[in-house]
Amino acid sequence: MSAFYALLFTVAFLVLILGLVKKIIQYSRVPAPLKIPVTPAPLTKGGVAIRLAKEAILFAALFRSNKWTWLFGWLFHMSLFVVLLNHLRFFIKDVPLPLVLLQNVGEYAAFTMFIGLAGLFARRLFVARVKYISAPSDYLWLILLMFIAFTGIVMRFISHTDIIAVKEFCLGLVSFNWQSLPTDVPLMVHLFLVCVLMILLPFSKLLHIPGLFFAPSRNQVDNPREKRHVANWALDLDAEKNKTQPK
Amino acid sequence: MADFETPKFREYPVVPQIKVDAMAGKGPFISRAEFDTDLGYPGELPENWKEKTLEKMGDLLGRYRSFQVFMDSCIKCGACTDKCHYFIGTNDPKNMPVARQDLMRKVYRRYFTVAGKFFPKLVGAVDLTEDVLDEWYNYYHQCSECRRCSVFCPMGIDTAEVTMAAREILAHVGKGQKYSNQIIQKVYKIGNNLGLPGPALKGILEDLEEEVEEDTGVPVKYNMDEVGCDALLMTPSADFFAEPHIDGLIGYGKVLHELGITWTVSSLASEAANFGLFIGSYENIQKISMRIREAAIELKVKRIIFGECGHAWRVAYSFLNTLAGPFDFLDQNYPVPQHILEVTYGALQEGKLRMNKAENDHLTMTFHDSCNVARASRMGDKPGGQFDIPRAVIQAACNNYVDMDSDTIKDATFCCGGGGGILTDDLMEVRVKGALPRMEALKQVTEESGVTNIAAICAICKSQFTKTLPYYGFEMDAIMSVHQLVSDAIVMTGSEQEKDLDGSDDDEKSES
Repeated sequence: MSAFYALLFTVAFLVLILGLVKKIIQYSRVPAPLKIPVTPAPLTKGGVAIRLAKEAILFAALFRSNKWTWLFGWLFHMSLFVVLLNHLRFFIKDVPLPLVLLQNVGEYAAFTMFIGLAGLFARRLFVARVKYISAPSDYLWLILLMFIAFTGIVMRFISHTDIIAVKEFCLGLVSFNWQSLPTDVPLMVHLFLVCVLMILLPFSKLLHIPGLFFAPSRNQVDNPREKRHVANWALDLDAEKNKTQPK
Repeated sequence: MADFETPKFREYPVVPQIKVDAMAGKGPFISRAEFDTDLGYPGELPENWKEKTLEKMGDLLGRYRSFQVFMDSCIKCGACTDKCHYFIGTNDPKNMPVARQDLMRKVYRRYFTVAGKFFPKLVGAVDLTEDVLDEWYNYYHQCSECRRCSVFCPMGIDTAEVTMAAREILAHVGKGQKYSNQIIQKVYKIGNNLGLPGPALKGILEDLEEEVEEDTGVPVKYNMDEVGCDALLMTPSADFFAEPHIDGLIGYGKVLHELGITWTVSSLASEAANFGLFIGSYENIQKISMRIREAAIELKVKRIIFGECGHAWRVAYSFLNTLAGPFDFLDQNYPVPQHILEVTYGALQEGKLRMNKAENDHLTMTFHDSCNVARASRMGDKPGGQFDIPRAVIQAACNNYVDMDSDTIKDATFCCGGGGGILTDDLMEVRVKGALPRMEALKQVTEESGVTNIAAICAICKSQFTKTLPYYGFEMDAIMSVHQLVSDAIVMTGSEQEKDLDGSDDDEKSES
């Protein structure tokens, strides 16, 4: 069983990284032939960085759009971020002080994560417009994430698992020195679902993670009059055109 | 009037309930083969249409980062679902931006993603059929490419990019739109959207000169094909004869005359509009744009100035340098291209224009931000100049000004309902229903603040409002050009208006 999980984890990690890298390479290779930032847009690259940061960290556009979706969505994502930070201690031998301190509040992030997900799920079920646009996979992602949060909560607050052994297992993964894993059911389920998530992410709508940063509508500088912008595939058209010159 | 009901004003702007298939149908008239072939499209559904469709889709996915990223990154959060004026006006759920994108995304997933190839039902992927093509044709012609949804999308997904891709794909399998393609053909053959030949245009401009001189006593020139002027004026051809567009053109002429900037229009490029944008065709946008470069070279001008036109200003501001540049042969002391409002605003700032606002005291104005200016371009040197500059110019010409509800202006502005290739009689129902949110905001300021007129800086908005205002109980001439206000208030040096204000020359002499 431990070997199966060790293998699964390794494969899932590789799929996640390679899948994302492949997508990011694809996104960066496809040209953006025209300047299409949604305006008002920043006039400098620094301004663009701030614009993207506001979207990635504060979900600024979503806040403007719909307060409930923002509340649940932001709560879920920020909680997930804290939860992920908290889990770093399984992969680091000597846990640094900030992570130790974070743990005190961090362990409650699983609850807020669950609440956020439940709110998003309810919205998908009960708001007719959102229900109309939902495919089965849209519900399944939320259910999957809720199960992950739920099993995590069970292990932390109800049926404790041997976290020393889990840490040994995780450290073993990193150093390719596989260790045995406790066999409680919640842990088995928790880790299995996490692996499923990691494997499916590069093939799913969870590609919004890199997509956010590659949207030309948000990541372009508003300077088309000052700086000429030409895509590679348009160069042939460009050369043809430049035959028209003042005499 | 027509075989559909004009939507009622809602008591509160609540989110509408969905009414499935409320706007199902065949969409606008399909282009005739001759228009298509002139634009480089086949003109009829080829036998291998399915392969052709997927091939073109793959081609565009590899050419436009926006299209590729936007196909992947939607999380179906629903933020956009109540933001589209066509959804608000029609209640058809396929007019929700995400659902409109999904018509394409479902096919993308089926043929271009692993998940859709193996588990189509799970991820909502569908096979490409002729019905799917017809649905694309119908619903991608109920989008005005106004970008309002993108402002609210957490991923920045711009439905306009998807609509443009869809129309480009459709045109490649013989389903081009008659309205846009016929107009582009006219641009290539005659020089402008309206098919107005050079001599007719020359006649109109001469009449304008007479009219303005009669009215003001000042010989303002409205030149055509005059070599060696300071500026080439690119303006939508509706400015040459439609109301209230032409009053704007009269205004540009007065401002430029007062500033001593000589200018001309070109019969070769007598059209600022670029419908290549609407059909999503890079090649056609470029071909249409090149006329401007050629005209500027031929007429040996130093500057290019654009008149009031929304999408034309998007193409000019955002794309012209890319498509027809570099413009190193023009005077680099001026932005290339420059908007007429930038010219007027700059002159007002420097105190070079005298305005008699009292001329417009019978009006209380509001301003409709045109979508392509608001969300796809800029004016001046600061972000948001496209909002501040037109308002500043209106307020320099008129004492009474009120903004509409803040959720319906600036970058949240609602489309007039006729942009993006929708301004055709065969889409009248879509146009009238899509105008609902803008009409509601206008209604509110007419009742609460006594607004009498609405100004716009886009030829399409002006034409659309002229047609749709009466459906909602307004007068059709409530819509005005911004430079119409300027034209009415400006006091040109040596004009009758100046004499009226300052007293006649004789009076001045007696005073001194």
